[in-house]
Amino acid sequence: MTEANGANSEVICATAPEGVLAELTHRCPLQCPYCSNPLDMDRAANELNTEEWIDVFRQAAELGVLQVHLSGGEPTVRRDLEEIVGKCAEFGLYSNLITAGVTLTRERLEGLAAVGLDHVQLSIQDVDAANADRISSYKRGLEKKIQLAKWVRELDMPLTINAPIHRQNIDNLEKIIDFSVALGASRLEVAHVQYYGWAFVNRAALIPTHQQALWSVDVVERAKERLKGIMTFDLVVPDYYAKTPKPCMGGWGRRFLNVTPTGKVLPCHAAETIPGLQFDNVRERPLLDIWLNSSAFEAFRGTDWMAEPCRSCELREVDWGGCRCQAFAFTGDARNTDPACGKSSLHKELVALANEEAGKPAPPFVYRRIRSDVAERKSAQESPAET
Amino acid sequence: MGDGADRRRVIIERGSVPNLPRYVKLRHDKGRDRWVLLAPERILTPNAVAVDVVRRCDGKRSVEAIACELAEEYDAAVEDIIADIIEMLQDLADKGYIRA
Repeated sequence: MTEANGANSEVICATAPEGVLAELTHRCPLQCPYCSNPLDMDRAANELNTEEWIDVFRQAAELGVLQVHLSGGEPTVRRDLEEIVGKCAEFGLYSNLITAGVTLTRERLEGLAAVGLDHVQLSIQDVDAANADRISSYKRGLEKKIQLAKWVRELDMPLTINAPIHRQNIDNLEKIIDFSVALGASRLEVAHVQYYGWAFVNRAALIPTHQQALWSVDVVERAKERLKGIMTFDLVVPDYYAKTPKPCMGGWGRRFLNVTPTGKVLPCHAAETIPGLQFDNVRERPLLDIWLNSSAFEAFRGTDWMAEPCRSCELREVDWGGCRCQAFAFTGDARNTDPACGKSSLHKELVALANEEAGKPAPPFVYRRIRSDVAERKSAQESPAET
Repeated sequence: MGDGADRRRVIIERGSVPNLPRYVKLRHDKGRDRWVLLAPERILTPNAVAVDVVRRCDGKRSVEAIACELAEEYDAAVEDIIADIIEMLQDLADKGYIRA
């Protein structure tokens, strides 16, 4: 620790994460069945308090972090958000607010802009209001989101629309693009749902067919051309149908860290799904020390942990073996190659499962709720091969 | 909500007067000893020439004026560098990081 804070600080900064994903709370009025929060969510009483969060961001800035993504749950349910954003600006951190947009008033948004919020990312469930209500299990969310988007633009803040894509809204993709242009978004994330956590539980209700997935990629490619200079796109493909895996988090412990509402520091937001990892907490250990030395960060950092076919693969420092959480969720061992990779022995099985589920009628959603019966769903998640 | 039809691509020309929107920030990243452009959920790492150009995008200088300044600084001919500058600024404008 002393070494980390002292003589080697220049070296340390050179390997610092670029971004921090801060899950300020797991509380959220929406109940989307693909939520990236863990099945077992943190209660409000255990959340880091204002001073603790501010200290996290102070440490992050000191160690060389450039951007913070203020997320949740719904981060705006924290009444101290303005104070936190103000401190981020003071520390020189670029701040992105990741919101569902149903709780902010114009006054609060103005307050956030005034203290230096840089960017708003607004999630939508669909452009069909009734379907959006059904997906989020929240009434009349869309009109509130439209209102928020207007305010964001009136305040001349940049707006990103984030649209998680799945079989129950994919047919509206072209409308989602037009909707985002009309709202004045400068960026649209067409984010095919990634299947871990809640989305893993709900996979059969969410996964599109291969045909639909290919169509969506084509729609985005055409829209990119048409909307050049007007709106940029981030396309997250459904990796079950990919040939190579995504470079998840830009590589484990390389570019990002995630802080949970209660202060646990994770290499990615889903890392807690991997059993056996020990996560350190900002309440007990300095952020820099955690980043450099925490066993959870060391577990899959770099390439030393890799087995074949990753170990000798020429892409090992391009995709870093893909997603550890998906490797565990599907193969039972997080050290395995991500089954999204064509070189994985389980890739064919993954694709077959996806096609089979996508070809059947969608089962009802298991909504994201803080409930006591998560253990049941957890066990469902941990034995995917039998489902 | 409008229909978005009024939204147009910014085309960078010699006479354009580019500026950095408030939400795009040029910062020196001390730890990694590089310049970065911070934008919504994006970190760009412009090269030295790009940094020299972006720093001059103040909403007062035209592209031509920027090219003249840099031509002098680099001891190059304006016509040799202006096309590259326009191309670079057009790329940044297309990503929403430059206005004009």
